[in-house]
Amino acid sequence: MQDQNKFNYIIQQADNCLILGQRLAELCGHGPVLEQDIATTNISLDLIGQARLFYQYAAELQEEGKTEDDLAYLRDAWDFKNVLLVEQPNGDFGKTIFRQFLYDTFSCYFYEELMKSSDERLASIAAKSHKETLYHMKWSGDWVIRLGDGTEESHNRIQQSVNELWSYKDEIISVNAVDQEAEKAGYGVSLELIKEKRNEKIKAVLEEATLTTPEGDYAHKGGKEGTHSEHLGFILADLQFLQRAYPGNEW
Amino acid sequence: MDTALLEQHFNEKIDQDIRIEPKDWMPDHYRKTLIRQISQHAHSEIVGMLPEANWITRAPSLRRKAAALAKVQDEAGHGLYLYSACETLGVDRDDLFADLHSGKAKYSSIFNYPTLTWADMGAIGWLVDGAAIMNQVPLCRASYGPYARAMVRVCKEESFHQRQGYEIMLTLCNGSDEQKKMAQDALNRWWWPSLMMFGPTDKDSKHTEQSMRWRIKRFTNDELRQKFVDVTVPQAELLGLTVPDKDLKWNEERGHYDFGEIDWKEFFNVISGNGPCNKQRIEARKSAWDNGAWVREAANAHAEKKAKRKAA
Repeated sequence: MQDQNKFNYIIQQADNCLILGQRLAELCGHGPVLEQDIATTNISLDLIGQARLFYQYAAELQEEGKTEDDLAYLRDAWDFKNVLLVEQPNGDFGKTIFRQFLYDTFSCYFYEELMKSSDERLASIAAKSHKETLYHMKWSGDWVIRLGDGTEESHNRIQQSVNELWSYKDEIISVNAVDQEAEKAGYGVSLELIKEKRNEKIKAVLEEATLTTPEGDYAHKGGKEGTHSEHLGFILADLQFLQRAYPGNEW
Repeated sequence: MDTALLEQHFNEKIDQDIRIEPKDWMPDHYRKTLIRQISQHAHSEIVGMLPEANWITRAPSLRRKAAALAKVQDEAGHGLYLYSACETLGVDRDDLFADLHSGKAKYSSIFNYPTLTWADMGAIGWLVDGAAIMNQVPLCRASYGPYARAMVRVCKEESFHQRQGYEIMLTLCNGSDEQKKMAQDALNRWWWPSLMMFGPTDKDSKHTEQSMRWRIKRFTNDELRQKFVDVTVPQAELLGLTVPDKDLKWNEERGHYDFGEIDWKEFFNVISGNGPCNKQRIEARKSAWDNGAWVREAANAHAEKKAKRKAA
């Protein structure tokens, strides 16, 4: 392994992309209207694409002859470093939207910073991904506003999702040892910087959506260290089934 | 102009292969036939998303997962522009959905079969999309302009899906014994339903004659079915798989494969609602639609409020 910390740093974001992409993939064919079905599938596709770029790079750094699929399909839950937010179930369309919005307001600013990474490969993955997440954030933000401002029912539903997901908002910008070392070495970003921009964006959208910002700032944590919710085991059972049942094959 | 004259003019255009466009006069029955056929096709695209979506979360590699997502998304796109083509004939997309949900409108029966293993993703691409292409390529020259143009785009993407499906089969057939078994099992289950996709035999097809006259259809069901068998059997041989038909034999004299009798009882059973997944497919579409009602209402309400605020 060339650089264990860089590997860990990349895996954190790769796992976020994969698990959220997988969650959105569950919705394929079941959207509330055909255009939005296409939109969620498209975002899922972008996220899987980003995950692949990160895993490919991580596998190269690992120097064990492994592939993107080894990393996605043959690790167990404790090796996954995604935040708890992305493994939360889809719920109704409002919950899917608000989970997406909380993620997009991270990833968009995260990639904006990562584009300046001293690691050229990371900078180029970030540049490509940033373009995609700009669309994602516009899409999810517009829907938060639409649902918040729409009808009484939609307002109540999305408000409930805001309340439910609020404690999963901040893990993604919490700094762990891996982030610290990455920032110090110059290939990682300052999460403090992202936090500010992100909170402003969330505040502005909630306001426009006439939604109430929940009180309390308790944040569930553990995902970034590999301690997950009960959901992840099932997500992986689904995701990894074929590779586990018929190991060692080409597909 | 009286109707007889209009109809004469319309028929002349059909005979000269001049496209009929939305604003042109057309016989009522022509309009109804097109609405039935195009909406049936659109419904097939969106119901057809379901059996494949069933394997997206379990796709065995990230590359396959991405390809599967893209494919199902293409199908949603096909549905979208086929519904739009249909709307040029004066019907509303929501009304078409209502007909699908009530069971009044039909969709391709093939999607009432379950996807039981990963190999089904290969078999669907190879056989189902392959059969769809046989049916659809002639439609690129259909007499109704918006339909023909939509089909050009659909066909391009379908042939990509077909190659992708065949490539899944090829990978499985070059793989482990279990993977080969998966591939053979998928062919066994999808072969006959694929042949049924061309519809009843010519003598039992109630729409063929009129549709051929109007150049909505260019070949009969049996002609297309034969073409499909002729093209597909050598592909199965290349995979090293056995087509599940003991009567299948090359007929030197005809220059075609002879093949066994389709189980028409099964065909009509699945059409009339007794296929393995008819209920589940419609239920999935209905529940997506019903669960999405509040979302659509919210979007409309927000758009209205926004317009009002802008006007004020």
